[in-house]
Amino acid sequence: MVNILLEKELKGKGGMISLAVDLQIPKGECIALYGVSGVGKTSILKMISGILKPDNGRISVEDKIWLDTQQKINLKPQQRKIGYVFQEYALFPNMSVRENLLYAMPKGALKTEIDPIIDMMELGDLQYQKPEQLSGGQQQRVALGRAVASKPKLLLLDEPLSALDITMRSKLQDYILQIHQEYKLTTILVSHDQNEICRLANKVYIIDEGSISTSGKPEAIFRTSEKPKMRLEGKIIKLKKEHPCHVILEVEGTAIQIPITDTVAQKLKAGELLKFESK
Amino acid sequence: MDWQPLILTFKLAIVTTIVLMLIAIPLAYKLAYTNSKLKPVIETLVSMPLVLPPTVLGFYLLMIFSPSSSIGGWLNEYLGIQFLFSFKGLVLASVCYSLPFMVHPIQAGFSKVPSNLIEASYILGKSKLMTLWKVILPNMKRAMITGIVLSFAHTIGEFGVVLMIGGNIPGKTKVASIAIYDEVEALNYGAAHTYSLILFVISFVILLMVYGGNAKNAKQLGKW
Repeated sequence: MVNILLEKELKGKGGMISLAVDLQIPKGECIALYGVSGVGKTSILKMISGILKPDNGRISVEDKIWLDTQQKINLKPQQRKIGYVFQEYALFPNMSVRENLLYAMPKGALKTEIDPIIDMMELGDLQYQKPEQLSGGQQQRVALGRAVASKPKLLLLDEPLSALDITMRSKLQDYILQIHQEYKLTTILVSHDQNEICRLANKVYIIDEGSISTSGKPEAIFRTSEKPKMRLEGKIIKLKKEHPCHVILEVEGTAIQIPITDTVAQKLKAGELLKFESK
Repeated sequence: MDWQPLILTFKLAIVTTIVLMLIAIPLAYKLAYTNSKLKPVIETLVSMPLVLPPTVLGFYLLMIFSPSSSIGGWLNEYLGIQFLFSFKGLVLASVCYSLPFMVHPIQAGFSKVPSNLIEASYILGKSKLMTLWKVILPNMKRAMITGIVLSFAHTIGEFGVVLMIGGNIPGKTKVASIAIYDEVEALNYGAAHTYSLILFVISFVILLMVYGGNAKNAKQLGKW
């Protein structure tokens, strides 16, 4: 189980944001953080990884405390065992694909342990190339492989597929699923893509102005929030106030007749602008 | 023609550049990543040789390391080190004088390495030293080469500061720039011309390498 409690005052685009999140992630599960840009999602990942220090907080991973501001415990990033996939990949340009992965391995690990990861990420033909020679999708596969090679306890994915086109995203999602199934890593995914979250995450937390506004199963959350509404707006060109009442609207050059109640009919006037919206 | 001043000049430039690398890399690293209030003060001190007349720097070094001063006396008495009118003194003066030429490009190089590469290395469990050695320095090779080449070239061209602290002792402290001055004073223009031409050509080639490399690097960055 991973327990994360974080509080920090952050400078956002529109002023200060009070970030306060409380996450409980069962071992091996993938949760997603969803929200508009600038609400502090990346800052949450940076605080979990130890790159950014929270004002208050507590992080425990499988009974080991990584952070406890009250007890003044704050493990360095090097001590936290995290796999982090950056939005811009952050591959080391001076190293080949294979060297990037080997660099990530913990001390004492055998070099051959990298081969299953290279196979799984289908990097065999690319392993001696430098990152600059690879496409965006290939670089992100290396970044995923490198994060796994470090044998992390927690995998953090910071909008890992946002720079890729739709086809490539779908392929990369398959790779992430494969990693998740193979290594059973507890994962936190930051994403703007609802389909991606539905496909990869067990639970989603909606972050709004620094705090969790709602959480739940991705399908349930997004189905509710994205239920399509019918909207209609037009000028009243004819109004029948006698029962059965109706109104004729001009909507983008087309006349549409809509039945209305007697009460509503008495309140309307011809020539007015009328808006309809389904509940 | 006496080759001794030229040999001494290049020996001085090589030793100074090596010493500068040992000092400038940690100093530039600290300056690039610190938020300390002392940073502007240290940056100013490092940059002083760019604007000060070399004789001012030479004069203060002469005062500090003179056997009659407390520091110079102590060094001489307890460690047996005598900086004045010796090769050691030339190296010390050159290191002080060429410090900004090494620190500035390397500090700029450190600042240009993307922070997420450094963060990625830390998160992968690598220490600061390992990250410096394996990630940061290899990704700022151009800045390193610029710093090394400029310091080397600048040391070759030193005159005032080495004359102040080293004097003009043939085979010991008489570098090429001082030899040129001597030959001109003795109206021996032929020898002065030979020394000058050699220094001119070497300095030109060194700077051409830096600018040529920078242009190539800029083209590559454009491609990315």
